[in-house]
Parts: sequence; C-alpha cells; structure tokens
Amino acid sequence: MASLTFAYYPGCTLHTTAKQYDVSTRLTCQAMDIALEELKDWTCCGASSAHLTNPLLAIALPAKDLQQAEERGLPIAVACAACYFRLKLAAHELSNKATNDLVGEVLGKRIDHIPQVIHLLQVLESKKADIAVKKPLTGLKVACYYGCLLVRPKNTVGFDDKENPQKMDSLIQALGAETTQWNFKTECCGASFVMARSDIMLKLSHRVLSQAQQSGAECVAVACPLCHSNLDSHQKEMNAKFADKVELPVLYFTQLLGIALGLSPRELLFDQHFTNPMPLLKEKGLA
Amino acid sequence: MYYAGMVIIETITPSPSSQLRSWVERESGQKIFRCYQCGKCTAGCPAAYTMDLTPRQIMRAVQFGLKEEVLKSNTIWVCLHCQTCSARCPQEIDVAKVMESLRLLAVMEKGKAAVEEVKIFHDAFLSNLWRFGRIYELGLGASYNLRSRHFLTNLSMLPGMLSRGKLPILPRSAKGTSRVKAIFSQVYAKEKESEMERKGTA
Amino acid sequence: MARVGVFLCHCGTNIAGVVDIPKVMEAAKKMPQVVYVADNRYTCSEPGQASIRQAIVENRLNRVVVSACSPRMHENTFRKTVAQAGLNPYLLEIANLREHDSWVHASYKEAATAKAIELIRMAVAKALRDEPLLPKQIGLTKRALVIGGGIAGIQVALDIANTGYDVVLVEREPSIGGRMAQLDKTFPTLDCSACILTPKMVEASQHSKITLLTYAEIMKVEGFVGNFEVQIRQKARKVDHTKCTGCGICWQKCPEKVPSEFDMGLGNRTIIYIPFAQAVPGKPVIDTAHCRYIKYQEFVAQKKEGKKPPQCRICERLCPTGAVDWEQQEQILTEKFGAIVVATGYQTFDHSVYGEFGGKSYPDVISGLQLERLLSASGPTGGEVVRPSDGTHPKTVVFVSCVGSRDESVGRPYCSKVCCMYMAKQAILLKEHDPEIQSYIFYIDIRAGGKDFEEFARRAQEEAGALYLRGRVSKIYQQGKNLMVLGEDSLLGRPVEIPADLVVLATGMEPARGVADLARLLNISYDSYNFLIEAHVKLRPVETQTDGIFLAGSCIGPRDIPESVAQGGGAAAKVAALFSKDTLPIEPMTAVVDPLKCVGCLACVEVCPFNAPAPQVLRDGRTVAVINEGLCKGCGLCPVACRPGAITLRGFTDQQLLAEVNALWQ
Repeated sequence: MASLTFAYYPGCTLHTTAKQYDVSTRLTCQAMDIALEELKDWTCCGASSAHLTNPLLAIALPAKDLQQAEERGLPIAVACAACYFRLKLAAHELSNKATNDLVGEVLGKRIDHIPQVIHLLQVLESKKADIAVKKPLTGLKVACYYGCLLVRPKNTVGFDDKENPQKMDSLIQALGAETTQWNFKTECCGASFVMARSDIMLKLSHRVLSQAQQSGAECVAVACPLCHSNLDSHQKEMNAKFADKVELPVLYFTQLLGIALGLSPRELLFDQHFTNPMPLLKEKGLA
Repeated sequence: MYYAGMVIIETITPSPSSQLRSWVERESGQKIFRCYQCGKCTAGCPAAYTMDLTPRQIMRAVQFGLKEEVLKSNTIWVCLHCQTCSARCPQEIDVAKVMESLRLLAVMEKGKAAVEEVKIFHDAFLSNLWRFGRIYELGLGASYNLRSRHFLTNLSMLPGMLSRGKLPILPRSAKGTSRVKAIFSQVYAKEKESEMERKGTA
Repeated sequence: MARVGVFLCHCGTNIAGVVDIPKVMEAAKKMPQVVYVADNRYTCSEPGQASIRQAIVENRLNRVVVSACSPRMHENTFRKTVAQAGLNPYLLEIANLREHDSWVHASYKEAATAKAIELIRMAVAKALRDEPLLPKQIGLTKRALVIGGGIAGIQVALDIANTGYDVVLVEREPSIGGRMAQLDKTFPTLDCSACILTPKMVEASQHSKITLLTYAEIMKVEGFVGNFEVQIRQKARKVDHTKCTGCGICWQKCPEKVPSEFDMGLGNRTIIYIPFAQAVPGKPVIDTAHCRYIKYQEFVAQKKEGKKPPQCRICERLCPTGAVDWEQQEQILTEKFGAIVVATGYQTFDHSVYGEFGGKSYPDVISGLQLERLLSASGPTGGEVVRPSDGTHPKTVVFVSCVGSRDESVGRPYCSKVCCMYMAKQAILLKEHDPEIQSYIFYIDIRAGGKDFEEFARRAQEEAGALYLRGRVSKIYQQGKNLMVLGEDSLLGRPVEIPADLVVLATGMEPARGVADLARLLNISYDSYNFLIEAHVKLRPVETQTDGIFLAGSCIGPRDIPESVAQGGGAAAKVAALFSKDTLPIEPMTAVVDPLKCVGCLACVEVCPFNAPAPQVLRDGRTVAVINEGLCKGCGLCPVACRPGAITLRGFTDQQLLAEVNALWQ
C-alpha cells in the first residue's frame, strides 16, 4: 500500500515532447512510494487556447477530467504546470454555484465534490524529508525556474511566494545541490507564443536563461513542459540572435530527483534534451 | 515607424460611462476606475515592448470608452497571460482578466484578431483538440503553418524532435474524444444563446 | 405642574421647506402641559435664543423643547440659553426635525409633518419627567505625561514646561531625538537636521520642569482626565547614570559590534553604546541581548554545555567612575498625571515584502532613510555616498517612489506625503556631493503641496538635473554590477530600462511598532493601519475621544517636521488650558448604581468600555458595583446589561424612555 495515492493527470505533452517529465515522474514517485493512478480517458485541458478564446470551454474541458477524479474519490496530481493552472482555476470557478450548474448542463452532471488539484512539485516537496538520497547532487549549482503558472494568481492557483518562490529550491537543496539566488524565477518564458510570435518567446526565454547563467547556475530546473521546451530547444536560435550567449542544460526537477534517488540518466531519458546535460552530469560524477 | 499612443492623436471626447467599460466590468469583474495609471503593469509586462498600446494605455482607453482603438490594438493579442501585471498591480486589478474580456469582445465584434497568427494558432489548437481529444503536436504545427501561411515556422526543430522520439508521426485519438466533441457542441450552443442575449443588451 | 414651551425652528428652508410648520404648531399646542409654542427662522441665532430666554421668563416655563437640528449640533448651545434664563440646563429636550425627518423624507412632505408631530410629542413626554442635574467638580494633577521623544514630543514637552507645568517625557530608545535625528538635511530649506534639532534636545534635558525618562515604556494606564495613574517601566541600562559622566571610554573600547539601528544597518555600533554622537542623555546603555558578559552569566546560570563565552567586562574595568552596574534591574515607576500626550511617531515601511525589488537581497537597493545616513556627515561613511556592496561611488542613482504607499496590494493605500519632497531633496544633495551623479526619479504624481515645496521640486529638476519619469517601477534585478530598473514612462507610453549603480526606495511612513498596544492601554482609537484617530479630523485634530489624552505628530498619520511641531504646540496649548483650571466639571449624565438592588454580578464591569464600574465591598459584606463618575461617559451599556435593574442613567431613566415610547401614536 503506497503512502500517498493520487489520480494522475499527465497532460498531452507528457506523452509526446515531454516524455522525460512523464517517465521521471513515474519512476521517482514509484521510488518514493507515491502511487499515481493515471486517469483513464483523460483529455486535453484546453490550455491557453480555450482560456483565451472561450471562457466556458476553458472550464468545461478540465471539468470533465475533474469529474473523472471525483468518481475515483482521489485528489488529482498534475505534472504539467499549464494543465495544473487550468485544472486548479476550473476547480476554483466550479466552487461558484452558478458556474457549476452551467458546466453541469454541458457535461450532463454537476460536480458536487470538487477534487483537490495539486501540482507534483507540491507533492514531492511535502515528502522531501523522506527522500532516501543515494547519489547526492553535491557541487551542482541549479537555478530553479517556476514560470508563471505555479505562482499566479496567488490567491487561487499559486502555492508559493509570487516573486521569490522556494518550494523547488528547498526540494533541490534536500538532494544535496546548491540553488542560486536570482530574480527571474517567475518571469514569463514566452509560453505558447512559440509558434505565433516566436520572436517574443525567444527574447523572453533568452532573458531567463541569461539571468540563470549570470546567477552562477550550471543548469536550470523546471516543472513545466512548455517552459522546458522554450528554454531547452531554442538556445541555438537565441545565440544566433543575441550577443549574450547562453548554454545551459534545462532539466525537469523530477530528473534531478531521479538521479539523486540512484536512477540512471538513461532511464530518465537524459538523451532527449536539445542542450546536452550529459557533460555536466559526468563532470559532477553523477553519470 | 511604430510609436506608442499613435491612435490617440486626434482630439477625443472621453465617455467615462461607456458601453465598453460596462462590458469589461461585467465580463472581468474588475472596476476600471480603480486604475490610477501608475504604469506598473506596463513596466513589468514582458511583451509591452511589442504592443501598440501599453497595458496601462488599454486601461486608460477603456476608462475613456475608446472601443475602436482598444479592439483593433495588437495588445490584447500579444498579451501572454503571464499575469505579472495582475500580480503586481498596486490597486489589485486583475489586468490580465481585463485583457481576456477584451479579446472575447474583439472576437465577437470583429470575428478576427489584430494579430491574426495568435488567433490562428488558438483555432488550430482547438480544432486539433476537437479531433483527437489530446494535442497531436505535429498536426498542430502543420495546421498552424498552413493556416497562417508561415510555412517554415519551427520547421528547423522538426528533425531534432523526431530523432529524439518526441513527436509521434501518426495521431492517436484519446478514448475520451467523443465526450470532448460533445462538450464542444454543448458549449457552442450555449455561447450562441448568450451571444444573442448580449447583443440584445449591448 | 410642568409648564412646557415648544420652539420650532425653520432652519431656513431645511425644515420648513418640508414640514408644515403651522400644522405642527397647532398640534403642539394641544400636547399635555404645553403652555407656549413659537417658531423661528433660525432658532440658534442670537435673536432666536433671546426669544427662548424671554419666553421662559414671561411664561414661567420650567421645561423647554427645541425642535430643530441634531442635538450633536446645538444641544450645548440651547443648554446655555436656558441656563441664562435661570433654568437648569438638563430640563431641555431636543426633537431632531432635520437629520431625522426633513432631510431624509424630503419628498414625503405629509408624512414628514406627521413624523415631526410624533417626535415633538415624544420629546414633550420625556421633558415632563426630566429632573434637574448638577455637574460635579473634581480636582486634577497639573502634571503632563508625553509619550515619545521625537520632534513632536520634544515640542510638546517644551511648550507645556514653558507655561510652568511639570512634564515627564518618556522615550523607548536610549536617546530622545527620534527620526529627525537620523535625517541629513531638511526640505525645502536644506537646514541641517541635527543642527536645528540638537539644541531642542538639550533644552528639553536641561529644563527644570521636564523629567526625561529614556529607555522606558508605558506599562499600564488607569484613571481619567485630571487623574491618570500610569506605570512606567524603566528598562535596565546596566549603567548607573548618576555615576556615569558620559566620557565615552566604554563605548570606544567595547569589543563586540552589531549593526546600528540608528544607521539603519549600514554601520555598526558597540554593545555598550549611545545611539549617535549627540544623543541625549549622552550616557550609554548596555544592550543585554548581545553583551558577552551577560551571555557568559546566562551560560553559567543555565549550566549549558560547550564552550564558555568570554567574560569580557572591559567596560566595567575601564570605567573611571565605576558606573557599570551588572545588578541593575528594570524598575516600575507609578506616577500621577492630569493629561497625556501621545507622540509616538512613525517608522518606515519594510520593503522586504516587495519580491519584485529583490526583497532585501540586493545590498545596493536601499531605503530613503538609509540614504539619509549615507548623506549625513555623522553617518557611517562620514557623509560619503557609496554603494554598500563594494564601496564605490555611484554615478547613476534611481529613485522609486511610493514603496509601501498608495499600494493596496501591500495594505498601504494611503499617501505618505513626505516622500516626493525627500526624493527631490536627496537628488539635490546627491548633486552637491558629486556633480557627476545623474538621478532618475520614478514618480506617480509629484505631491508638493506645501510652502515652497513646488519650487523646491522644480529645483531638483532644473538645477540638480534629476530626470523625473512618470510611472511605477515593476522590477529591479542584478545585471553584472548594475541594477536594472524596469519602469514605464507613462508620458511617452514606453517601457523604460535604466541600469543603476544605486537604487533608492522611497519607503513610506507607518505607525511606530507597538502603537496599537499603547492605544489599548490608553483606551483611544486607532485605524486599520494603527494610526491613532483624532476626536475630529478637522476641528479637533490633536484631541482624542478620551478626555485628557492628546495627540501630536506622525502617530496620527504621515506628517512632515513643521506639521509635527505645530501639532506639538497645539497639544501643549490644550494641556495648558486644561491645567489652567483648579477643578474640572464632569458631565452629570452618568450611570448610578442603586446598592439596594445591585446583586454584585458585575456584568457592568464586563461591558463597560471605559472601566468606570468597579466592585466594592459594603460593610455588610455584600459586593456591589460602584461607578466612577469621572470615567463614565453615559454611553448606556451598563443599564442595559444590569439584570436586576439597579443601574440608572441620569437623564435617560427607564421612566423617561418609556414615556417617550408610550407617547408615540397617541
């Protein structure tokens, strides 16, 4: 019997571009005796596209997944920060009776017991005292990057300080690594503008990476597939465009946790990054 | 040349109790005249540098009831919804929510966006979602590139993505897809009803 | 037999424009024991009052009902009027036909007229049962307590002392002087702050009528106007000030150092210390929380494990007069006062809540008060403006206004009033220190509404060359050696980025720490930010709702130096006026306990907000409540709470109130 059981909502990207996140999440939770039961038939939360164009759709899509967790009677753990944001906000809005009634008409059924929505970082951070560190990340300097969606808005979604959050830092520190002090932990990476306005995305992501690099970090830890993709996959383009060069591996915090728990870089899909983290891991004696 | 405020150079007559303002206040739940124009939203906005009206100017324009200027601005479309403005507003106005309501109004009234790429992307995303229940990224990218006629966007990423096994080549529909389709049609039906109502009151 | 006169006021058209006066007069004439009814355009005017006096005499009236505006407005006026005609002033009743009737029912004239008749009938019914009341006189202690030794408190103490009354000035810190002592120069004249303040500090300490109690706090306050009894805790200084000469050897030689509170953490002070060179008294205290020897004593006493702290005691060994006294304990003094003035001042807003400005993680992001210390010749750098991080001279200085002001999101929506001017002043001073410094000032509005203020703010721009940018800053971050400041220039409508060497946050004012606790001890009110509340914001700005307790300076709200000084003088005048009398009249409309009915449940003690009732044991052993008339405000809570009905409120007895109710709809 696992110590904690959650309904697991991976989100679309965790089955495609962010496989590393999904795999490292499952492996680390297994190692830490946290049971993740993937919601059967989960579908997309609607992401910013529903949110920015159709408010009702933006609640109804995640509400469908919330309803499935409700049927299971489990709190719902979300890995993707963007999905977390949508599900959490939908859960908040469903606490309004009129909204719940309206969404109930769309779904065919009201949601009477709104399940708790919790991000994976919260889950793992709360268990940090129980981590059996096999391979401490001693000497590794990490800039923890939280992005927008875990901290804002502070009263409904955010679970950490809105300007200088600490939860990922304290988890990474518990693994023996050093986290750097920097002031861009919650600045936007450009989010879904990767297609429509990649110029904005490149500028913002570059700013984040450059600040992380300046803080003395050797890699960036993230908890969001969109942040990961923006920061990890476009460093070449950034270096072609901006004078201030960046080269910084971007890792999911669960991958770092996995290494500390003694899992191999191969299992954790470290070969799927655009900015190769292996030289750094080797240098630190972690691979 | 781009310069800020360029739409407001003609003499204007402010209408503090405009329909635009009451629409925004109703949809966003924010009181527009709480804004005292300090500009902290703009100062912290990561996309402000590329906006024709800064977020503060949008707030001002809504206070003045300048509907045309607001709805044709690129601002409401290049807003990333990162919510930095809302988090730091000294008057605790949810500025991002105001932007959200203006986007809805723009779609309702104009049917298209000042920055078409953004709307094309969202439309492509939603149709992808409607078809497969989950996002099929290769299809989304292709469909965006076709619709926006930016055929080469992110194409350089493709080999890397494929070689890392990040993108499945063929879509797989999620089992819940039929429910998703049902949700879409229910929502659109409801939207139609309330749009009629809104138009009636506007 | 009562003979009631009813006087109807038109109040111009305020009442007469709604209420049908002739109809009301007809009705009033028929009311029981009413022998005289008259109307007047303005009853409160001198001819109006004269007509009341004349009517009382001519018609031998022994009850008067004035039907006019709210008793809050003119009850006192008309009490004086009837007293001049020889009638006891408490035989007057007011029927409020304006606020309670004509103003609120302006569009229902007929109903308003009917209501006016009812209101007058009720007042007449009560008047018939009015008893003459006589105000009592009590003695008073002509000695004032001033709490807080900043510029406002010093001014109050000096002004009271100069009228010849004794003053005790209590200050929590080791020296008087307050915030003004920390400032370099003052706007808009650029007077050196210390140069104009220290003579006043010395004058206060040498005045024969002023007793200084520094390093002391208020513990308990009892009593009422003219007769307060206050407990004051004199904290242990561990230095005998009767022996100490203030020679300074101890604080020059003390080996332990901590950040100086006076220098806002930019410099260090020793453990035995005076906060600044011109401190008054110029004799030190030992900071017991950081003293090596005291840590050693605690270590030995608690039999702790590990390495013993050093014994040290250097100050004791070097003191030529043997003034260091390790045995000295805190003392509780109990003193009597006739009046209390609160002048506890302000502290600056703690900007660590602004994560977007780096919290407090960037050493080169400092507060306005810290810049004062850097500018000051007696400051930690001897008046050299340098970056705290590396000691280099900044060339680009960015000011950020409204930090902790006009910001609902940090619970400080109010304007702190002084920041606009101190930023202008600091920009001018920076230019004087180093002509190469370029200042940038982010502002929202330039609030320069004072004598010579606007001219001074212009000078910062035109002569000192400060660039003012209209917009609030959203973020500050480190970029190499610089701090990047992100703002908007809202006049151009463009985001702005300035690489700064030094950033100054113009932190706003908030009430000094602990003022709410003090307010509760004193039974005076404070607002949601803990600023103390005046009795009337316009007309009684230095008084409180509690008689005998006065206010001055920035404990009421953001104030600059001249305002604080003016308020200090104002509060002192109020105290002097109070002390000019030998006895004080007390309002006779107080609660009184019938000891025969009282069962000693003391519910009255529980409900009273003024601590007026207290238990008393009678000779037969029964405990009953007794009400101190000096404290009672006649609020009426205890008569309601009294289950056996033993408490009566004079002027509002059950009989009087029931008669009013019964008179309705007759």
